[in-house]
Amino acid sequence: MFPLRLRPGARPGPGASGPDPAAAPASRAVGGPTSTGVVAAVRGLDLTVAQGEMFGFLGPNGCGKTTTIAMLCTLVPPTAGRAEVCGHDTRTAPGAVRRGIGLVFQESTLDPELTVEENLRFHGDLYGLPRAGLPHRVGEVLDLVELSGHRAHLVRTLSGGMRRRLEIARGILHRPRVLFLDEPAIGLDPHARARVWAHLRDISRHEGTTLFLTTHYLDEADHCDRVAIVDSGRIVTQGAPAELKAVLGADRVELRTADNPAAARVLRDRFGLAASAAGDTLTLRARNAAGLVPRLCADLGVAVHAVSVARPTLDDVFMHHTGHPATAAGGAAPAPGGAP
Amino acid sequence: MTPAAPAAPAAPTAGAALELRAGAMVWRREMLHYLRDPARAAVSLFQPMLFLFILGVGLARLLAESGADGSAGDAYLRFLFPGVLVMAAQAPAVSAGASIVWDRESGFLREMLVAPVRRSTLVLAKCLGGATVATCNAVVVLACAGLVGIPYHPGLLAALLAQLGLTALAMTALGAAVAVSIRRIQTFHTVLGVLMTPLLFLSGMMFPLSAMPGWMAAVALANPLTYAVDAQRRTIAAVGGADPAESAAFLSTVEWGGWQPPVALELLLVAACTAAALAWTSRRFARPR
Repeated sequence: MFPLRLRPGARPGPGASGPDPAAAPASRAVGGPTSTGVVAAVRGLDLTVAQGEMFGFLGPNGCGKTTTIAMLCTLVPPTAGRAEVCGHDTRTAPGAVRRGIGLVFQESTLDPELTVEENLRFHGDLYGLPRAGLPHRVGEVLDLVELSGHRAHLVRTLSGGMRRRLEIARGILHRPRVLFLDEPAIGLDPHARARVWAHLRDISRHEGTTLFLTTHYLDEADHCDRVAIVDSGRIVTQGAPAELKAVLGADRVELRTADNPAAARVLRDRFGLAASAAGDTLTLRARNAAGLVPRLCADLGVAVHAVSVARPTLDDVFMHHTGHPATAAGGAAPAPGGAP
Repeated sequence: MTPAAPAAPAAPTAGAALELRAGAMVWRREMLHYLRDPARAAVSLFQPMLFLFILGVGLARLLAESGADGSAGDAYLRFLFPGVLVMAAQAPAVSAGASIVWDRESGFLREMLVAPVRRSTLVLAKCLGGATVATCNAVVVLACAGLVGIPYHPGLLAALLAQLGLTALAMTALGAAVAVSIRRIQTFHTVLGVLMTPLLFLSGMMFPLSAMPGWMAAVALANPLTYAVDAQRRTIAAVGGADPAESAAFLSTVEWGGWQPPVALELLLVAACTAAALAWTSRRFARPR
């Protein structure tokens, strides 16, 4: 649970030209007025998401991601502190916030007994979209998620992946500035997951919607422009995935050679690299490992049996900042239930 | 340099029109669910028909044989008829409440709650939808009026229909009030089962208040359904079912210490209870969890 708490001065005002450095450490954020994005002051974290950005809120299950989204969407009132979405305070102007956002929850919120089209039209009526343009818009979002062929099908007959895509289509039907997605690809098979991510990228490109999504799959966060890594209720780091990985600085190289101790000596003396041996494998960290490997093979003086180079992953980043792997972390609290 | 204006969210039309349209959609959804599941409607008609044509006919014959007055049997069926109408409306009215619990479990409630629509609009539309479905169900029973000797008088049918609509709304509002206080669908059905049977038994539906012992009549007088049933019964009697020779017990109506409240007042009472239940439900519904 994240009690939202007021951090005086930590939040850039709506008219500010840029983010307060204290508020948004990853200052690739706000390019224009913050009134187009999401600003939240939450205990231990200040979030600023700019319009059009694909922002990943990343952390293990039960670290409070769902609760944070619920607060930003006005479903749960913040106990203290404030969050601003599309320039509106979630506490004083929840109606304006709700009109400006779209939501895709972890669990389905479609009506299984209505057809695909009826679900979308229902949404259009709830949000008061102009009647004249509605059929066209319904067709547009269905095309975007490749469900046009299923217009008249009852939602109950769709597969899990299709339902998730329909939820996404419904989430953007009213052209929200921000689309919140809670674990958009959870529970789907790899193929369906890949499709969901492809559609999300299309939406980001074609509609210019800001995507604020949570995930506990670190590899999925690579799709995002920027991620915030959350652990035990606070943000441990945020930035573009590449930047975060660059902090680790080096790729990991694993070597198997004919004579590991001799190879380690040469590495130390000639290349200035410290290698650690584990089993029959030598492991070392190096910048631009891909360029290093040919030189290694040529100059090592020891026969090389196998080389592998691994770029740093977000898993490594998580580990680096929290000291424990993402999968085993934050097991204290179970994921918040689906209470509205 | 001015930053490019972001795409504005679809401009909402006037507030009231917006609420009306959202409400109409919620209502329409109830109707779609009803129309797509005709089996449920048919099954829910089974019990009231059983009461009218099995229990009712049996009791009517018993009365006719034991009473000195041979017309007592027919009079009893006419007496029973409004109660059966209410009964026919009861099951679908309750399932409207159940659908609120179901919507919460299936997640669809969230879709409605995050929409920029007043929650009272959602509650009212949902209950109106449930009441419409319930009234449609009762209309099937109403069509049997002739079989128990009630004339198909257009004015009478229209009046009964309107009163049924109100009664159905009252029961739907009650179901909704229970639904917003309960999370699990199983608990909901148990609670309403426990609640609805006494409400029907103590409404003067099967036997008049004058036949009840004092304590029972007192409970019945506190039951809003009593007034709904009584109003319909008096409406039927006023138009033509009443036969001066009929047994006095079946003509007796609700009295408050010897004073007979007018039908309009009875209906007003039902409406007031409905409004109270709706207001309470909206408040609970609006409470964020």
